[in-house]
Amino acid sequence: MAKKDTIKALIRRGVDENTATKLADAGMTLGDVKSASVEELTGIVGDEEKAKGILDDVGRKKKSKKKKKKKKKTVFTIPDKIKDITGLAKELKEICDKKGYDLPRSLLEETAGKIEEEGIDEEDYELVLDLIQERFENRKIDPKESIGIVSAQSIGEPGTQMTMKTFHYAGVAEIGVTQGLPRMIEIVDARKVPSTPMMEVHLEDDIKKDRNMAKKIASELEVTRLIDIAEVELDITEMKVVIKPDKKKMKELDLQPKDIVKCLKKSRYVKGNLNIKGDHIFITQEEPKYALLHNDVEQAKNTKIKGLKGVKRAVIRDTGVEHILFTEGSNLQEVLKIDGVDITNTISNSPVEVYDVLGVEAARNAIIREARETLEEQGLDVDIRHIMLVADMMTNEGDIKAIGRHGVSGKKTSVLARAAFEITSTHLLRAAIVGEVDKLDGVAENIIVGQPITQGTGAVEVKYTPKK
Amino acid sequence: MNQRGITKRIGAIRFAYMSPKEIRKLSATKIITPDTYDDDGFPIEMGLMDTHLGVIEPGLRCKTCGGRVDQCSGHFGHIELAMPVIHVGYVKEIKKLLRSTCSDCGHVLMEDEDRDHFVEEMKHLDRLGGDSLDMRKLAKEISKSARKNKVCPHCKTEQRKIMLDKPTTFREDNTKLTPKEVRARLERIPDRDLVPLGINPHVVRPEWMVLSVLLVPPVTVRPSITLESGDRSEDDLTHKLVDILRINQRLRENRDVGSPQLIVEDLWDLLQYHVNTYFDNQTSGIPPARHRSGRTLKTLIQRLKGKEGRFRQNLSGKRVNFSSRTVISPDPWLSINQVGVPDKAARELTVPLKVTPENIDYVKEMVSKGPEPTERGKYIAGANYIIRPDGRRIRVTEMNAETVAEKIEVGFTVERGLQDGDIVLFNRQPSLHRMSMMAHEVKIVPGKTFRLNLAVCPPYNADFDGDEMNLHVLQSEEARAEAKVIMRVQENILSPRFGGPIIGATQDHISGLFFLTYQNPLFSRREVVSLFSNIKTENFPPAVEIDGEKMWYGKEIFSHFLPDGLNQEFRASICETCEKCLKQECEHDAYVSIEDGYLKTGTIDENAVGAFKGEVVDKIARDMGTREARMFIDRITTIALGTITLRGFTTAISDEDLPNQAVQQMREILKKAADKVKGYAEAYRDGELEQMPGRDLKETLEVMAMKETGKARDTVGTIASKHLGLGNNFVVMAKTGARASMLNLTQMAGALGQQAIRGERPSRGYEERTLSHFERGSLGAEAKGFVQSCYKEGLKPVEYFFHSMAGREGLVDTAVRTSRSGYMQRRLIHAMEDLMVYNDGSVRNTGDTMIQFKFGEDGIDPMRSKKGDAVDINDILTELKAVKRGGGA
Repeated sequence: MAKKDTIKALIRRGVDENTATKLADAGMTLGDVKSASVEELTGIVGDEEKAKGILDDVGRKKKSKKKKKKKKKTVFTIPDKIKDITGLAKELKEICDKKGYDLPRSLLEETAGKIEEEGIDEEDYELVLDLIQERFENRKIDPKESIGIVSAQSIGEPGTQMTMKTFHYAGVAEIGVTQGLPRMIEIVDARKVPSTPMMEVHLEDDIKKDRNMAKKIASELEVTRLIDIAEVELDITEMKVVIKPDKKKMKELDLQPKDIVKCLKKSRYVKGNLNIKGDHIFITQEEPKYALLHNDVEQAKNTKIKGLKGVKRAVIRDTGVEHILFTEGSNLQEVLKIDGVDITNTISNSPVEVYDVLGVEAARNAIIREARETLEEQGLDVDIRHIMLVADMMTNEGDIKAIGRHGVSGKKTSVLARAAFEITSTHLLRAAIVGEVDKLDGVAENIIVGQPITQGTGAVEVKYTPKK
Repeated sequence: MNQRGITKRIGAIRFAYMSPKEIRKLSATKIITPDTYDDDGFPIEMGLMDTHLGVIEPGLRCKTCGGRVDQCSGHFGHIELAMPVIHVGYVKEIKKLLRSTCSDCGHVLMEDEDRDHFVEEMKHLDRLGGDSLDMRKLAKEISKSARKNKVCPHCKTEQRKIMLDKPTTFREDNTKLTPKEVRARLERIPDRDLVPLGINPHVVRPEWMVLSVLLVPPVTVRPSITLESGDRSEDDLTHKLVDILRINQRLRENRDVGSPQLIVEDLWDLLQYHVNTYFDNQTSGIPPARHRSGRTLKTLIQRLKGKEGRFRQNLSGKRVNFSSRTVISPDPWLSINQVGVPDKAARELTVPLKVTPENIDYVKEMVSKGPEPTERGKYIAGANYIIRPDGRRIRVTEMNAETVAEKIEVGFTVERGLQDGDIVLFNRQPSLHRMSMMAHEVKIVPGKTFRLNLAVCPPYNADFDGDEMNLHVLQSEEARAEAKVIMRVQENILSPRFGGPIIGATQDHISGLFFLTYQNPLFSRREVVSLFSNIKTENFPPAVEIDGEKMWYGKEIFSHFLPDGLNQEFRASICETCEKCLKQECEHDAYVSIEDGYLKTGTIDENAVGAFKGEVVDKIARDMGTREARMFIDRITTIALGTITLRGFTTAISDEDLPNQAVQQMREILKKAADKVKGYAEAYRDGELEQMPGRDLKETLEVMAMKETGKARDTVGTIASKHLGLGNNFVVMAKTGARASMLNLTQMAGALGQQAIRGERPSRGYEERTLSHFERGSLGAEAKGFVQSCYKEGLKPVEYFFHSMAGREGLVDTAVRTSRSGYMQRRLIHAMEDLMVYNDGSVRNTGDTMIQFKFGEDGIDPMRSKKGDAVDINDILTELKAVKRGGGA
């Protein structure tokens, strides 16, 4: 069967039947042929010229060429985000270094800004820093604090105040995004695909104010199906499919009829021969069958002509400073390859996708960003440090783990803690044959056996040595 | 118990599998008879209730250890199974083993080098800190790769496919494998070949997974209950064990007399079924065993599993003594640190008191007064029990009080009732954050309810519509000390969630302070004395002389309670957000400025002292200490209530009265909006509506309609608020943030506005219409839930219906939300409970895995931060000025 299909496919692409059978007999599939080198094909077909011809017909996967192109594009020139500390902040930093103060840079910069604003004398800088350092020290977190619980509570408690309303129009009015509790659950669950994937595509500096460029890029993102730009009809008298492209729309999207043919050829579902006559495109069958033609019509209608897989819609918003594209559906990987897209600021709302494309650190930031925005949108005030801890917990092992039995909780070392959470029996039965040892150093385990936990005041002991 | 101060800790728990040998060794008796009791009601020897297994009836003694009911915790017995059966819990494991080992020689289906290589890999993974989950994954992979070999590399036997018929039958190429055969195969697997398959040969031999002996739990684990009628009702486990014994016996008899293979096999399967359900009565593929009444039996796994299972119900959360629960009611005269405990509860709850040479006389006197002493009719603490050093407890009664008191010696413990000042824990469920359980000081009060100050309602999320709360009495000095230092209400004024106050004035407190400070009113001597009569204070704020009378300014009175050295500037809740803020010159008196503890301008409302928002409370708690903050809250709330009492405060439906002309105006606006929507609907029908980008026509209409109706309600609201100012009590509540909002006012005086279901106009109901009152396909405002009436006027029937729809949605929403968010929180807590800040500021879990090098990247405690900022630079600069001034002077 597979062989037959291969032969058919090859013939459809203009390879003569003989050669096609030969190729198929050699155990090659269409994909193999596409990616095969001329030499390989010559080995099968026996004629170099012919082999080249085949490749031209099938449309060789421009492996080498594409790769080069890709490489050029994938060399992201990420600007140095960390700018050198400058100006007054630098001065302050020097004083800090001298005094042995370890203050965060953001704080120093804020201070510098305020000092300039208020016009503080230079001789007082030291005094200001002394005061800051004193407070900073006082506000540090206590050792042994069971911060995990505090953070978990700080995120869980406002959950009760969030709305269940799924849809809310965020950012741009046209794109609905899951909000509130369902969204929060989605984030901690580390869903592969969120219920409403979305991207925020920024443009490069030189074109970000250009509405036309924004439009052009938007059209490159948005999936355009044949039906959107052309009329597809079935001509029963002639037994062929007629495609009549809409000229205006074609021009808008910068398309030629041959582009359409190219796309249709690529489609696996559209079977039949394609011809261009004037502005129209025809699909004919060697043995015209109504069912087949009908299938072609349906498939052709839905064939993707332009755009990125998964992106349903792209909406442009002018913030005054720049044009931002918001997309419904996401495909971060492909978006970053498009010319004119600012790869440093473009982001998807799915942490898992961000992880796949940009790595864990980016994924961690994506989790923080998404969780924070969800909470903020609901008007709930939660310290970012708590969200960070959750994000760090989820990304600690180098990939995104869900908060729950399949992720973080299933990874716990303690048998008792796992048994107390979910799927009790499995954990106990497994523990018996592996000979697991529960060291009883977590919270849940110690509660179960009835002894003090090892955090907070339970982590320290007071010993009294009487004077002799 | 913890004697002589030595605390023992369980270091670790090792899990292992019990071998048949161990079971027999552990067993106190072999069980053969399925009967439990004889005709006289005594347990039958070698029956399931054999007294060798422990006793549950008082009077009997355990035959194994000789202990009585509460001395003997029971002993295990065993059943010798006539034929082996498979352990349901390990079928998957057995399947894996059978598939990946040779059916003939028992070796794992791979070359020795490969096996050793995998073992090495496992060790490596272990060294890298792989947990049991990783190990399991690796073992699975190894087994998979072993399974690929269809011929044993050791003995060249061809392997046949092994299938598992759920739940416990194995087949090899359509021939059934009996448990006996399975066991024989498992026996052949050498120890060293078990390691790569994820089984630790030191704790288990695979053939043990086919049971030949069954451990019988002690009777104390499955006590029988005697009903009132005198009938005995046995535990589910006992029932199941009886079933097993019966079949076991029949199977043995049939096997021994050489019955046909078919019958033996049937019985064997039946035995397997009973053993399966004895372990787990919810295995898929087999019908659950049922009680005579039709109820499914709760067998071993059901006892452990789930929310009502042993783990979550009895181990992770335990019932405690020295606790009580009752309805709560408000008491503004209590400090936030206190809790009112009714005398009835105080008599019952006790604190242990160690008798020392220092307090022996005092204790003796207390005990001699009996368990319920009073002094001039008032409650004083009495003693309920005395405990001798040998652990004997003697109840103190009215009768024996004096004799018992005589006997008290140093070293005794006396359990006395609560008295004022005792530290107790107070809690309200759901305990969503740590402020749901705080330490309070006891104050004995009459009545039957617990009482608390209104300012502590927000952290508990309590109100008084019938809420109940729990109270726990601490039993050791250490616990009391810790509770007092870290759990006291005053220590929890600032929430670690967002770095702001969670305790503060609410509702009437805020209205009261508004009246005290807004536009700086004057108070007469009489009034001020009344205000101050409830507060301990040494001096009065300075007065002014007006018309020969001593008068006091409201702001002056408030300033009296502000600590010295407090400097603050912020906008009050009543701020109208004018385009240009006039700051101190604000005409609405909405710019609060405090200098050195003196309120110069501005009104005190929610933004100054409210829970969640109060800037002043926030600053005092953070910079001046928690004691200062507690006193501040206690005093200002008292003053606030005093003020509101002096003035009187009420709101009624007449508060929403508007002049006729305003009502007219509103009606017109609403009418216009409805007409406009009607216009849109018509345009839509005629196809003249201009489509919005990214929307279809229908959506465009809906969006426009929603926008229009929303706008109409807003306009109506503005008209209403234009006619009602801060002279209106309702407006005072809404604007100061005490309660309610301007939207509520709009809905009472103007119109309810558009009712929405899932954020959209109601659309379902009848065919193409929401209600039969409208024409088919009508899309106008009225037909889609636009309510033009207000609460005051009353709703039309149709409007009422739409309003109910929206109301129902809200109710459903809340119900769904609580369960969903509860589960999310449970997961979060379980995932993060082990994280702790170490001495170096890093956050790690108990496995010593680093989660963060520095908590929150800067190591700042969110509770001590100012809304997330480590240091407020503005504060620093103000302080700098103060320091310089101080330095200059």
